[in-house]
Amino acid sequence: MSEKDRRSLEPKLENFRPAKEGQAPRSLEELSPEEWAHLKEAGFDTQIPKEGEFFQADAHVVQCRSLPEGLELMPVTEALQRYDWIGDYWWKAVSAEKDVYTRATAEDLDEGYFIRVLPGYRLVYPVTACLYIRTPEVVQKVHNLVIVEEGAELNLITSCTTHPGVRSGFHIGVSEFYVKRNGKLTFTMIHEWAEELHVRPRTGIIVEEGGTYVSTYVTLHQVATVQSFPHCRLVGPGARATFGSVVVAPKGSLLDLGAQISLEAPGTRAEIISRSVSTGGETIARGHLIGKAPEIKAHLECQGLMLSDEGAIKAIPQLDAYYANVDMSHEAAVGKIAQEEIEYLMARGLSEEEATSLIVRGFLKVRIEGLPETLQKRIDQAVELARAGL
Amino acid sequence: MKEPLLEVRDLWVEVEGKEVLKGVSLIIPKGETHALFGRNGSGKTTLLMTIMGFPSYRVKHGKIFFKGEDITHLPPYERAQRGIGIMFQRPPTIRGVKLREMLSLCAKENGVKIEELAREFGFEPFLDRDVNRGFSGGELKKSELLQLLVQDPDLALIDEPESGVDVENLQVISRMIRRLLQKDTHRPRTKSGLIITHTGFILQYVPADLGYVMIEGQIYCRGNPLEIFEGIQKHGYEECVSCLRRIGGA
Ligand SMILES: Nc1ncnc2c1ncn2[C@@H]1O[C@H](COP(=O)(O)OP(=O)(O)OP(=O)(O)O)[C@@H](O)[C@H]1O
Ligand SMILES: [Mg+2]
Repeated sequence: MSEKDRRSLEPKLENFRPAKEGQAPRSLEELSPEEWAHLKEAGFDTQIPKEGEFFQADAHVVQCRSLPEGLELMPVTEALQRYDWIGDYWWKAVSAEKDVYTRATAEDLDEGYFIRVLPGYRLVYPVTACLYIRTPEVVQKVHNLVIVEEGAELNLITSCTTHPGVRSGFHIGVSEFYVKRNGKLTFTMIHEWAEELHVRPRTGIIVEEGGTYVSTYVTLHQVATVQSFPHCRLVGPGARATFGSVVVAPKGSLLDLGAQISLEAPGTRAEIISRSVSTGGETIARGHLIGKAPEIKAHLECQGLMLSDEGAIKAIPQLDAYYANVDMSHEAAVGKIAQEEIEYLMARGLSEEEATSLIVRGFLKVRIEGLPETLQKRIDQAVELARAGL
Repeated sequence: MKEPLLEVRDLWVEVEGKEVLKGVSLIIPKGETHALFGRNGSGKTTLLMTIMGFPSYRVKHGKIFFKGEDITHLPPYERAQRGIGIMFQRPPTIRGVKLREMLSLCAKENGVKIEELAREFGFEPFLDRDVNRGFSGGELKKSELLQLLVQDPDLALIDEPESGVDVENLQVISRMIRRLLQKDTHRPRTKSGLIITHTGFILQYVPADLGYVMIEGQIYCRGNPLEIFEGIQKHGYEECVSCLRRIGGA
């Protein structure tokens, strides 16, 4: 892809209609079976046990319910009115002035979710959230806020997808996550957008002493462009963060992904693991680890599989150390599937295509430390479902 | 003579531009096990890999017949589907794929009971590990043989099954090969094997019907495997060249 092509891929806000003009359903019952099939593939399933559920179509919150005590789940505009302390969090992990997209979201918000888990509550089941684009050619500007209070625990699964009839659109998602002392937030985001969708997540995370943040990002289907580079700050001693991503770039997709983790207190740990497969599209796997305190440990692992001579995989790791007593490392490897592995499987009776698909699927089954088994299974299932397309 | 299962006819094979096999011919009848001896680098593994059909082993001349069909130019998976299986010496790791899943792919709905087999040979704990990932030398052998048992081929190509295996595991591996080649059955055997061995240990547990010696890409001696092996132990491989002269290549 030439620089010129890439610039033309940069979405312009004025080319999209406001999401507020979208036709939102009054309830989830109004969604068609085709829509449900799509939503399920993106991991939004109303049948699984859960603590709470949030569903936003275009600019409207269609469903928002939470069961247990200890969990606050509401449209973010409601939280802004209800809590006077919210200014301590709002635009504090992501700067409103960061870029044209954050500014547009600050000026004209299309909702988002607010989730707060009260101190000491460890929620067993996940909270599932879905950000859905139901109307063609809209720009959806979402701002989410998650606060996991001291000693609390939350599993949040966010599914992002479109109506099966929507081909083009634009999603901007600002997310600010706060993990307080000894809290734990497991955040899983599954993207299943449309061919001509542009996606700009803008995410900031702040983790306090002893807190843990585990993020997993999955995108396996065609999308025009995604550009995402969360900034995570580990501000208290012993805080940890892990970012895993499982990415397939089909022809026509440009995925510029990564994470920056700033280790600002002694004894913090960080890990970034990415697995990318190009079947003709382009992925950029970035990782930036910044060691701003002594006795920290950080590791970055980028692995890429090129299945086609079209497209590209670019691994861009960066390590910055400011103390002698740090342990920071990275490994990156990009290549094609080892012929030896294909031949091995062929000798067991698999055709070349079957062998390739099995190897790719295995490659994408990355084990993310700290990820609950049920979530790991869901991600593996998503990879299984995508297998036909690989 | 019994019905031939495999026939290799005047096979010349090149690997990476190097001529390795120079006119190999042999016939393995249905139900028989043959043993292949020979110096390091003489071309034994090359013969097995060529029979399995790996593309880097290029057949320059000659033919391979299996069950009467010319398979010289079939890809490995089609040979596997016709009933040829191979035990790899150095199998690769397939990460993210559990041995259990690999085994069910090998089985192709042939009804083989994976769990039972794994349990019988003490390999159950490995079913939920990635294929070959971090397996020890002996574990790799068992993993390979378990895959073959599940695949249940009519012709098993077995490359140095005993190398690097301790005495206890040698028993297990021998039992697996005996099962694979129906050595415990009283009915007429239908399964055939070609086993490469340097030590000859395996032949104490898995009797072979015929032995060969490969020297520089050619098959020299054909005869009683135990006698050939004793001959090699006493006089070295050179003796086989004269042995061939004595028996006239039979
Ligand atoms: N992929 C390859 N590239 C280059 N040379 C090869 C390759 N495979 C085999 N050869 C060469 O072919 C010859 C025969 O090798 P082969 O592995 O068949 O021997 P072998 O009889 O099995 O030996 P060993 O007893 O040591 O296992 C050797 O000289 C080897 O170096
Ligand atoms: Mg060999």
